[in-house]
Amino acid sequence: MDQTAPAAPGTTKMIARDVNVYYGETHAIKNISIDIGQEHVTAFIGPSGCGKSTFLRTLNRMNDTIDNARFEGRIELDGEDIYAPDMDVVQLRARVGMVFQKPNPFPKSIFENVAYGPRIHGLAAGKAELDQIVERSLRRAGLWEEVKDRLQDSGTALSGGQQQRLCIARAIAVDPEVILMDEPCSALDPIATAKIEELIHDLRGRYAIVIVTHNMQQAARVSQKTAFFHLGTLVEYGDTSDIFTNPRETRTKDYITGRYG
Amino acid sequence: MAVPEQTVTQRRAPTDWRGEKMRGRLRRRYRSERAFRLLGLGAVSLSALFLAFLLWTMVSNGFTGFLQTEVRLPIRLDPVTLQLSSSQLAGGNADQALASADIEAVTLQAARNIYGENARQILSEGAWIYVRDALKADPTLLGQQIDLWVPVSSELDLIAKDRATPEILVRAGETYRSLDQQGAIRTALNTRFLTAADSTDPTLVGIWGAFKGSLLTMLVTLVLAFPVGVLSALYLEEYAPKNRWTDLIEVSINNLAAVPSIIFGLLGLAVFLNVMHLPRSAPIVGGLTLALMTLPVIVIAGRNAIKSVPPSIRDAALGIGASRVQVVFHHVLPLALPGILTGTIIGMARALGETAPLLMIGMRAFISAAPEGLTAPATALPVQIFLWSDEVSRGFVEKTSAAIIVLLAFLLAMNGVAIYLRNKFERRW
Repeated sequence: MDQTAPAAPGTTKMIARDVNVYYGETHAIKNISIDIGQEHVTAFIGPSGCGKSTFLRTLNRMNDTIDNARFEGRIELDGEDIYAPDMDVVQLRARVGMVFQKPNPFPKSIFENVAYGPRIHGLAAGKAELDQIVERSLRRAGLWEEVKDRLQDSGTALSGGQQQRLCIARAIAVDPEVILMDEPCSALDPIATAKIEELIHDLRGRYAIVIVTHNMQQAARVSQKTAFFHLGTLVEYGDTSDIFTNPRETRTKDYITGRYG
Repeated sequence: MAVPEQTVTQRRAPTDWRGEKMRGRLRRRYRSERAFRLLGLGAVSLSALFLAFLLWTMVSNGFTGFLQTEVRLPIRLDPVTLQLSSSQLAGGNADQALASADIEAVTLQAARNIYGENARQILSEGAWIYVRDALKADPTLLGQQIDLWVPVSSELDLIAKDRATPEILVRAGETYRSLDQQGAIRTALNTRFLTAADSTDPTLVGIWGAFKGSLLTMLVTLVLAFPVGVLSALYLEEYAPKNRWTDLIEVSINNLAAVPSIIFGLLGLAVFLNVMHLPRSAPIVGGLTLALMTLPVIVIAGRNAIKSVPPSIRDAALGIGASRVQVVFHHVLPLALPGILTGTIIGMARALGETAPLLMIGMRAFISAAPEGLTAPATALPVQIFLWSDEVSRGFVEKTSAAIIVLLAFLLAMNGVAIYLRNKFERRW
């Protein structure tokens, strides 16, 4: 089976080659190679436990925090090896931001949630600039109008959908190049989900976006590229329209038509 | 297990929810729930009862310890017999002059003049201290005839407080009644109890020495155990790899928390006194010893509090590029702090009430002055209580209870501060 995905057209933001991840004895990711395009929303789909979240977390080295995880292979961000010894993980994670499955705002004020990243990276020269960054990030996350009068309220007091958009604003605030989203809508109701999808649509082009989702329709709606994972391998990767209308692999076809998964 | 063919094929009769069997089951369930609730209620009321009994005993026995019985003493502060001049009192050496003056004899003579040969039995041994203090406070009294209220002897004090044994009543009952009839007896607040240190005479003892000793000891304990404990907990939870060594450390810490306190006293004796030659009976040594004892408690509580901080918060911070240290100090520690403080209160409360290790390092010595610093000889509240409870003189009974009240008040104040801090940190989120 051909494990090497075709290079994405347009500018390539991230390149993964022969990536293997082991959790202790478990071989979680098997020899995956993929190119992530700059202008695209790339969706990772696949049944539970297929390794799509694990692979997503290798893209900003969040797997480093797991004690027995082991990485092999090569991942590049703009041609720079992110697993090189001289790569600073902290800066990498600022450049490759992440939004998690469950909204996880800090138990601080809305303002502090967004301002935290710029503050620790020293991105704002003063209070005025910080205010600007916070407003801009909240606007881009489509949350500004809803929270502008209560920036000092706790971030955890917002509704689930608002919390998730706050988390996106928090990721945007440090001006990342890539945003990784790990099932960002799985804990949200349909209306909140629609808002997030709209937001992803708006953010496309400004940031390279990779989204893991269980929801076929969502993948079809928001992404231009889709990668189908199964049992730790990358089965098929291509234009979303092709994957959903004309999959090359039977496993892909079975999955997207709901035969299993 | 094989199921007979017909039971599978047979249709089951519908469950009889109102049948006798079901009603019996229901009754039994209600009965056991009622019994459980009563048991719980009983347990809570029993402990409340014990607590009330304890408090009532302490307060009823101890509150008279804060009072003292005084007798009127008309005294002429004659410069000649006192061998004092007003110029001496005005100068900077007033204390020395007062110390060399024979105030004790003059006081006793004054008492003899009015109460006859009984005077020794009436006045407290330390009555002269009150004369001295009056003179020190107001040097113009020299040469004047004044009426002073000075404490009575322990026996008369007991009679006044209705705590005398029959023997005491036989010995001194008559004296007390005649003084009382003359209106020469009064009850006043025992300010000395709150300002002085230990003494051999129960009418002269004070709790301040032991209180200050405890305060200094606790200060050393807190300053050492809190930061070291919290940092250890943070390191073990957030940084240390999980391997055999950290398992070993965890087991050791859990065991240390269960080690009897007197062992820590022996350790303090061996290490701090015999090896490091720190001063005996000093709050610094007491604090070090108690810090060793408190440390495992804080580490265990701290680790649990840190563990209960949701991992999603760590992910969130790491995900926007916070370093490990920033994650720990910006997010994990503030969220864990209320739990850590709770553990610290428990550890400190235990340390405050600890007697045995302090006995081992010499803090049971008789010390008649409040400690001046961390290396000065001192005693601590629980040790003082232990010492007074051991005294033969009956006057110490109420002082022991009064000291217990002071200890409990100290404990309550400490917990109050900790609860205030905890709420303050919890409100921030």
